[in-house]
Amino acid sequence: MARSNQQKEGRVSDLLFIFSLVFVVAVAAAGFLAPWISPYGAGGFEEKQILEVPSLAHPMGTDGLGRDLLTRVLFGARVSMAVGIGTALIALVLGSAYGLISGFIGGSLDQFMMRLVDIFYGLPDMLIFILLSLLFGRNIGGLLVALGLVSWVRFARIARGQVLQAKEFLFVEGARAMGAARRRIILRHILPNVLGPIIVTLTFSIPAAILAESTLSFIGLGINDPYSAWGTSWGSLAQDGWRAMRTYPHILFFPAAAIFLTILAFNKLGNALSDLLNPRGK
Amino acid sequence: MITFLLKRLLHGLAVVWIVATLTFVLLRLAPGGPFDSERKLPPEVLANIEAKYHLDEPLPKQYLRYLAGIIHLDLGPSYKYLDRGVKEIIVDTLPTSALLGLLALVFALIVSFPTGLIAAYFRNSWIDRFSLLTATFGISVPHFILGALLIWLFALQLGWLQAGRWDNTASMILPTITLGAAPAAYIAALLRSTLIDALGEDFIRTARAKGLREGAVLLKHALGNSLLPVLTVMGPLTAALLTGSFVVEYVFAIPGMGRFFITAVTDRDYPLIMGVTLVYTALLVAANFLVDLCYAYVDPRIRVY
Repeated sequence: MARSNQQKEGRVSDLLFIFSLVFVVAVAAAGFLAPWISPYGAGGFEEKQILEVPSLAHPMGTDGLGRDLLTRVLFGARVSMAVGIGTALIALVLGSAYGLISGFIGGSLDQFMMRLVDIFYGLPDMLIFILLSLLFGRNIGGLLVALGLVSWVRFARIARGQVLQAKEFLFVEGARAMGAARRRIILRHILPNVLGPIIVTLTFSIPAAILAESTLSFIGLGINDPYSAWGTSWGSLAQDGWRAMRTYPHILFFPAAAIFLTILAFNKLGNALSDLLNPRGK
Repeated sequence: MITFLLKRLLHGLAVVWIVATLTFVLLRLAPGGPFDSERKLPPEVLANIEAKYHLDEPLPKQYLRYLAGIIHLDLGPSYKYLDRGVKEIIVDTLPTSALLGLLALVFALIVSFPTGLIAAYFRNSWIDRFSLLTATFGISVPHFILGALLIWLFALQLGWLQAGRWDNTASMILPTITLGAAPAAYIAALLRSTLIDALGEDFIRTARAKGLREGAVLLKHALGNSLLPVLTVMGPLTAALLTGSFVVEYVFAIPGMGRFFITAVTDRDYPLIMGVTLVYTALLVAANFLVDLCYAYVDPRIRVY
């Protein structure tokens, strides 16, 4: 009985994992290939087809300016992926560098640097993020910098923790005894050992960034560019639909579903990766 | 114990000071000012306005004036609302936000504890798998999507509840669920996994072997040892509730502090932005301090400090 249940649990989570992987790859592909796979050009206004419900010609319907919604959602994937991956990479570089230095040097500098991280870690992300966006502007570049500056602390903590652990490993002590340079020890011996947890955090910080960006665009504090030919944020699309929800719910439904499913899939993927890369956990 | 709490208090004050300073620097660096509008103001008028708000003084003096104001609980005038100061706006709107936050927290606790307990006890049953799936959804769904969905279903389609007001019990249900769903899902999932670990421990077998009823084993022995991890996440969850309230107040048109914060950012009403940020930080610090107190109460090992 117990065994068959466990097997069933395994099968269900495998299915969800495969679904998540496929979905994430599909969103990424949509983001990169939007100009080639979308049925209509970006930013085309058609007066004759304003606010159409979903049909064969327009699978997701059209919006208040007669733009094909499927096209807009596909181009929106480009914004979400750029924000998600870009933020994760900025945070990764900043945070790991900070954590590696702090953990490797140790002592009172380490204490001080980690106290700073504690303070940032406790503050509400969205609050700092809104304040930073005042400074960097409401465009994709400014948003990336602001989001990156908010989410680096997680990487800093993990990188430092792993370094402290790795410093105790015998092969690191061995390398030091042989007179290897500090830089070499960090790059050759410690970095490869801290990669697992960092990959997991990387996977989780992509949906967090997508969530933050779409929420901010929804409340009007995110990317402020509704006519962009490069792509409009899913959050702004949802905001459009929100205003017309009573009569045309489809305009809200499709962008909202895209945001929700993407975040869900990335979270699921992160969970699966953390189980996979952390065998000691189970 | 006293030293431990004093240390935490000092740490909290330092956090408030650092946030106050960072906000000040950030807003002074930000491009564009609150009085930049489409129509350029004549320089004399602009000079008058700047003199009124002390913006013509050197920055260190402005900073000291600002800090002195905070100590005297004077958060300055709002640039946008000429009839009310920042303090009055916060006094007017904070109770609404606090009520929303408390309702959401109570909702989260009421939903998550039974769910976590049942899911852990009937591990791998259909009820466990259903709760886990719901929790996964609850953690991933953004506030604005859940809020919009609830409004569409319960207010627009079924007509059971109203949205866009905040005056009677019925109008508070949907915002409470929207804000409380993610913490509920989070606590339930956490409680489930810590309870499953606890139920596998030896002391549970001992408790059962000495003939305790299942209810006592589960509630007293297993749950008692699973409370600490839940308590640990209460600090971050408070932060999540605070920022979630911006969005929920926006979606449901609730006249709380978060909605004023959003409009203040759009208006570049700097004193109001700084005031609300400080209040949020102070609330967060206070919540973390409370968590520390509870921690000391629940876990006797802490009291040694």
